[in-house]
Parts: sequence; structure tokens; C-alpha cells
Amino acid sequence: MNKQAFSYAAAAAAILLSVNVTPASAQGVTKEMLLHPSSDTWPSFFGDYSGRRFSALKEINSTNVGNLSLEWAARYTPGPAGTAVNIKSPALLVNGILYFTSPNNGWAADARTGREIWHYAYPPNTGNTNGNRGFGYYGNWLYMETPDGNLVCLNAADGKERWKIRITDPKLDYTTTAAPIVVGNHILVGVGGDHLDNPGFIESVDPETGATQWKTNTTPRKGEPGIETWPDEYAAAHATGQTWIPGSYDPDLNLYYLGTGNPNPVMAEQSRKGDNLFTCSILAINPDTGKIVWYYQATPHDTHDWDSTESVIMIDGQIDGKPRKLVAQANRNGYFYVLDRTNGEHILTTPMLEGMNWNLGLNAKGQPIPDPAKYPKPDGSLVFPNSGGATNWASASFDPETDLFYVGVAKGWSVYYQTDTDDHPEGYGGVDSGAGSEGGSLLAIDYRTGKITWKHDWPAGGGAAHMLTTAGHLLFTGNGNNIIAFDPSNGKILWHSGLMGTPSNGMTTYMLDGRQHLLVGAGDSLYSFALNHPVK
Amino acid sequence: MQTTSPTNNGFLCVPLRASAPLREIRLLSCVFIAAFTLTAQTGSGEKATISATPAAVTASKEDPAAVDRGSKIFAGHCASCHGATAKGITGKGVDLVRSLYVLDDEKGILLTPPIRDGRPDKGMPKSGLTDAEILDVAAWLRVQSYGAGHRTTYTFLDVLTGDAKKGEAYFNGAGKCNTCHSPTGDLKGLGSRYTPQQLQGRWLSPTGRGGAGGRGAAAATGPSRSQKTVVVTLANGQTVSGTLDRVDDFNVTLHDASGAFRSFTRDNGIPKVAVTDPLKIHIDMLRTYTDADMHNMTAYLVTLK
Ligand code: HEC
Ligand code: HEC
Repeated sequence: MNKQAFSYAAAAAAILLSVNVTPASAQGVTKEMLLHPSSDTWPSFFGDYSGRRFSALKEINSTNVGNLSLEWAARYTPGPAGTAVNIKSPALLVNGILYFTSPNNGWAADARTGREIWHYAYPPNTGNTNGNRGFGYYGNWLYMETPDGNLVCLNAADGKERWKIRITDPKLDYTTTAAPIVVGNHILVGVGGDHLDNPGFIESVDPETGATQWKTNTTPRKGEPGIETWPDEYAAAHATGQTWIPGSYDPDLNLYYLGTGNPNPVMAEQSRKGDNLFTCSILAINPDTGKIVWYYQATPHDTHDWDSTESVIMIDGQIDGKPRKLVAQANRNGYFYVLDRTNGEHILTTPMLEGMNWNLGLNAKGQPIPDPAKYPKPDGSLVFPNSGGATNWASASFDPETDLFYVGVAKGWSVYYQTDTDDHPEGYGGVDSGAGSEGGSLLAIDYRTGKITWKHDWPAGGGAAHMLTTAGHLLFTGNGNNIIAFDPSNGKILWHSGLMGTPSNGMTTYMLDGRQHLLVGAGDSLYSFALNHPVK
Repeated sequence: MQTTSPTNNGFLCVPLRASAPLREIRLLSCVFIAAFTLTAQTGSGEKATISATPAAVTASKEDPAAVDRGSKIFAGHCASCHGATAKGITGKGVDLVRSLYVLDDEKGILLTPPIRDGRPDKGMPKSGLTDAEILDVAAWLRVQSYGAGHRTTYTFLDVLTGDAKKGEAYFNGAGKCNTCHSPTGDLKGLGSRYTPQQLQGRWLSPTGRGGAGGRGAAAATGPSRSQKTVVVTLANGQTVSGTLDRVDDFNVTLHDASGAFRSFTRDNGIPKVAVTDPLKIHIDMLRTYTDADMHNMTAYLVTLK
């Protein structure tokens, strides 16, 4: 795209908006834009369908990143629901406007200044407000989940509500925190929550009306494939396997790659003997029908709360010298997985942490075999890692230029206690109690071997953290209150900036007015960086 | 959840919001959980369950007297079909813990009709209870659901399964605990300060009790034994040492021997920072324990009265 022309249009749109007129030029987000996002947009959760969070931009690069400076910082205040603002959502960027959320709140802000254009404030409710991971954007409409189990559709021009539909009953303690993802004519909506053994599902709704197009349960019902991995239908139907982080999408194969959450009761497994499909799995779903085309279960019979909802990243790579279409995932259970994304064939499983003690090795399909001795016990079993896992939902990144996969890991221990020994446990059925931490690290993993090429041990704290790589030969991540740039090939620190809080969202990068920007959220604020002296 | 909280041992650590799911990274809040015995609540010798612990009654804000009356009515009129803890009995009565009638009920508005009128055609008889009794049962049922969904209200079961003698042998042998501790010295009275579950967490990963920031029972006098110290080696070879305040890749701060605050900028590991953590041995030892070692040690340490 002609950048000059584009930024002219964006500037014009911004001027129009400032006098409260909907820009006639705004065409919003198109299918084409989602398939091939231009460098001056960040139109979806991961930025593009690959999930790899790699940007081809290189104006900011390893030779000049030292000049990266703050352009603006802006703080946002919550609406009447009163939920403290914590921006876990990446800020989408379309036509020079940022769109981001916090539980019960959504905003549009001018990417040039951070100034609020509109604020959508959801009314007070009793829903769970532990997070909101952002808007989905399609046409001129934004889609956002609310804590009380609804999906709202907003007009991107003014933030006015177009419609609201019920996704779950909030009293069942589902959490509705996921960022909706747009694939074709489908708004894919995921859910979370493992308090009360609620059925897990992914739902596709119509972008215009919100009508359900399909709804796929993540655990089987009577007569369905996978039911043989449960003692009975009742256990399968109450086993959660939630879908709270969006997946990646291969348009050529028309497959949506989605990670699923842990089974329930979380820490009392006696009523759900078996592998417990399709919990803790990577699913390849046909987005037009909701059909599960293939699956790979990363943790059979999980008892440690290790969702497999971490980024499922598409890699067009080489295995044994042959080109392969792959997906890779750094899993909360401490293992790194690579699969063939055409059919789910297992390629490799390697440990990301040394000395994990919860399994008896890997089976022929590369799945860890859980050690019953390390299930949660009434008197406690000492397990590494803890329930937060080796890593968590914060997005990993794959850099096709270094061929390395970047992920933050934590090395915490827990004693897992089973508190419900009933034949028919419910809810968590147990708790884990922290038993100390060996610290956290940033890992650079070679996807072809699963070997760790380099790592950076944080001096204090650290663990799962969002990653972003760029063609400027840079890896961005956060630690403590810092946003940091690394050399992605060797782990040397090239730049950092101290923020007023811990980076809390996936940082994004884009062109705006012909200059590359880096945007990051920390708590209630956004920070926009650009080079002091841009290369002309 | 993450266990980055340094103060979680001996405490039950859960996400700040009791209703938040375990799966996400967020702040932890640590609370003492009293060890309620469940049999006292249900009055039957059945297997332990998570239902209606006193902690759940309190946290749910239901009237304890109503819940208590309701529990007796339920046991007498309903448990034969719905099970003692209302989780249902296959073929007899449905699970009420996950029933939307219970989850969505406020003041008995939803629960009164099915309990008063029953569903005779479907195997649920008229209860014959008064309106007031129905409200009591409803309160008890709401606590069942609340308790199932809120980990902070769970009750730890029997943590003391180990062999105290073996624990003592480990203390003085393989564990080398006696090189730093004494059962009649610094660890005296340990068993009376914590519940067994808290104690198990406490010794696995203590957070220090003496000096500034120390947490626990009787604060020790004198300098803290768990204080991290640091030596900063500057580019010119000069060293500055003291007690560590905080460190990351870009800055290290400390208090030197005179008590003065010192702050240094760091750049790719320069100046060099060497932290000594007296508690690191406890983290390093985690990799060496079997669960039996752990249970034996806990069984031994509770005897230190
Ligand atoms: C003889 C067995 C029996 C007894 C005794 C009994 N129930 Fe039930 N109850 C059932 C059955 C069976 C159902 C399911 C009816 C149906 O399928 O609609 C039911 C349904 C219910 C429901 C509706 C749940 C839902 O989600 O639809 C509630 C509430 C309930 N019972 C409460 C009670 C209470 C409170 C008592 C004691 C006062 C009680 N029941 C006594 C058998 C019984
Ligand atoms: C190299 C020294 C060292 C060794 C070996 C060691 N500890 Fe400790 N331990 C410490 C220090 C230092 C503290 C913090 C004490 C303080 O803050 O007062 C501590 C604290 C504790 C506490 C907490 C005391 C309290 O009052 O809360 C317990 C319990 C404990 N250790 C048990 C053990 C056991 C059991 C072993 C062997 C398995 C062991 N320790 C081995 C150094 C050690």
C-alpha cells in the first residue's frame, strides 16, 4: 500500500473525528485486511492469523533502538462499574485509531496522542472481572465480551452499542474474558471459568446479528469421538476445557488452531479417570462448521490446572530439510510442542524446564504420561512447576529470521492438596500452595530441535511475559516495570524503558505518519514509543 | 496462578478475587485458613467433601443460624435422594450444587416453588415444609454452591500422614537441617504456631521471620537471618556491599553498613552484582525431597512444641 496516501487519509479521518463526524472514508476492517494486514494496522489479537507476533517493520532496529523514546503516555479511567483499569488487551490499530479494553470498559483513542475519542462503559454487574483480552474488529463493528456473560457489538465510530447477546449464564461462574476473533464471516467467541465444572465450548456468531452459527463443545457427549476417554457422559459434560485465548488460522487449510483449558474437577481426578479429551489440547477446527478436524492432547488427564490455551503459533518451516506446515506451542505444563498443522502429526516434544517431576516420561506420541504419585493428595504432593505453570497466556513470538521461538518461563514449585475425596467431587476439588520459586527466564527455542539456543535469567521475578519480534532484528518483552529490547539472536539487551507499571498487554508495532511506533500497555496506561530521529 | 509472592508460605494463596479462575496470572492474596473439620459440619462419617465449610458460610454472607437449621432439614427431608452434600444420587435426585435454581436463587424466590410443590410426576415429592423452613434449606443450598466454587473456603484434610521418627532422622541426617537449625533453639515451639498445612509450606520455603519485613509468629529480635545481602563490583574494581533492596537488569539498590541508601545503574551485567540469599538453600533443597521426606518432616516439626 502507498504509505503516503494512507497516512493522509488517516490524518484526515482523525481531523474529522475530532469534530465528531463519522469519517465517510472509514471502511473499517475487511476480510482482506485480516488476511494480509498492512504495516499501518494491527487489526486483531495477534496482529495477523499466524499468531507469531512478528512484524516485518525495521525502521526501529538493532542499530538505532537506543534512540527509541516516549512520544506519549496516557491513562484511562473506568466507568461506573468501577473495575480498576488493567489493560490486558493488545491495542488494535485501524485508520490511526487505537481500540482496547479492560473489564467493563472499551476505548477508542487517537494513536497520535493517546487522547480518548470515546469510552464505552458497561453498567455495574456481578460478573468476574479478572481480565478482558480485547476487541474483535470486523467491518465497522467491534466485538467485546462482558464480565456478565454477554457479547456486545459496538459501532467503531462512536462506541455506541449495536446489540448485546447472551453467551453464558454468569451465575454458572463462567468467565468471559476472551478476545473475539474474526475468521471469514464468523465471530469466534471463547469462554473461561473452571469453578463449577461448566461445559467448555467455542461459539461462532453472525457478525451482523449475533445469531449462533455453530457451537462446539470441547468435551464429547454420548456417542461422540473421545467419550471413551471418560468414565461416563456426566463427567465429560462437566469437564470444562475452556477456550479463553484466541487461536491462529491457516486460510489455505481453512483450519482454526485453538488451545483448550484444563479438565474439571481441577485437582480431584477420581471422578474423571482417563485421558479426558479434548481438554488441554490443540484443536484444529473448521471455522465454517465448528467440526474438530484433528486434535493433539498436550496433557492427558491433567490434575495441575495446566491449560493448553497458550499461543498456538503457525510456522512455515523445515523439519529434516523438508518444508513443513507446522504449529508450535510452549505449554503451561513445561513442554514445547511442534506438530504438523495439516493433520496434527506429532513432530517433537521437549522440556523447557529442567527437573520437572510430574510425569513418567513421554509416550510414542510425545505426550507426557502423568505420574499418579504426583496427583494432588490430601497430605500434599510437591510438584514442579506450580499451577501458574512454566508459562501462561501471555503471547509467545516466533521470528522467521532467527528461526527462534521466544517464551517467558517461571520456575515455581507448589504443594498440590486434594481437598475433596468424595466419589463425586466438584469445582476445583483442591488447592495448590506455593512452595517457592527458582526465578524466571526468557527462552529462545529452536523449533526444529526444541533445544534452547539462549536464555536470559531475570535477576528477580519474571516468568510468562508477552513477546514481540520484528524484522528490525529486535525482540521486545517486559520484566518488572520495564519494557526491554533484546537482540533476538543472542539475548543481549539493547534498550529498555521504565514504565509506571508492569507491561500488561501484548505490545504492538505499526507505521503511523510514516514512522514506526511501539505501543505497550501497563495497568491503566498506554505508552507510545518512536525513534527520536527517524531515518528519513 | 503464579507463586511469585514471597510471603505465601503457611498461607493459602489464591487469586485476589476469590471467584477468579486459577488459570490466569494475577495478584495473589494469602489468607490463613483455619483447619475446620468437615465431619463436625456434616455430622456423618462420610468422605470429606468441599461443601459448606464454616469458611464458606462466612464468605457467602448467609445467615449462619439459617444455614445450620437448613442443614438439618436437608439431612432429614432431602438427602436420601439428593445426597448428603446435595451433589445428587444417580437415579434418585439431581445434583443441586450446580443447579441454576440454587445458583440463581435470591431469598428463596427461585427455590421455593420446586421445594414447596415438588415435581411429583418426576420423582420429587412435595416437601411439606413451612415457608420459613424452605428459606433455611435454600440458604444451606446456596452455601453448597458457593463453597464448591470458591477455593478459599476449602478445608485441608489430613496433612499429618508422615512418620515423625523418620522426619527427625532426616532433619539430622540427609536433610542437614541441623546444620542451621535446632529443635530446641530457633525452631522451638514451631508446631504450636502453625496448622500442619501451614507448617508444611513454611518449612519448604520459609520467608524469614526476623528483622525488617519478617513475617510469622513471634518476631525474632536482632538482625534478620533471612535478609539478602549484595556485593556490587564497580567498573573500577571497587566494591560496595550491604543489604539488598531490589535488583533488576537495569538497577540495583542497597543499604550499606552505615544504613545509607545506594543506587547503581546496570547495563548488560555491569556493574557485577552478587546476591547472597540465606534462604536459597531452601529453594535448592526442593529438588531433593521425595513426598515421603516432606510428609515425614512435617510430622516431625509439628512435635516441636
Ligand atoms: C424422593 C426423592 C426426592 C426427595 C426426597 C427430594 N427430591 Fe428434590 N428432586 C428429586 C428429583 C427426582 C428431582 C428432579 C425432577 C426433575 O427431573 O424435574 C428433584 C429436583 C429438585 C429441585 C430442582 C432442581 C433442578 O435443577 O431442576 C430442587 C431445587 C430440589 N429437588 C430440592 C429438594 C429439596 C430441598 C428437598 C428436600 C426438602 C428435595 N428436593 C427432596 C427427588 C427428590
Ligand atoms: C544453610 C542453612 C539452612 C539449612 C541447611 C536449612 N535451613 Fe531452614 N532456614 C534457614 C534460614 C536462614 C531460615 C530463615 C530463618 C529466619 O528468618 O529466622 C530458615 C527458616 C526455616 C524455617 C522457618 C522457621 C520459622 O520460625 O518460621 C523452618 C521451619 C526451617 N527453616 C526448616 C528447615 C528444615 C526442615 C531444613 C532441612 C530440610 C532446613 N530448614 C535446612 C536456613 C537453613
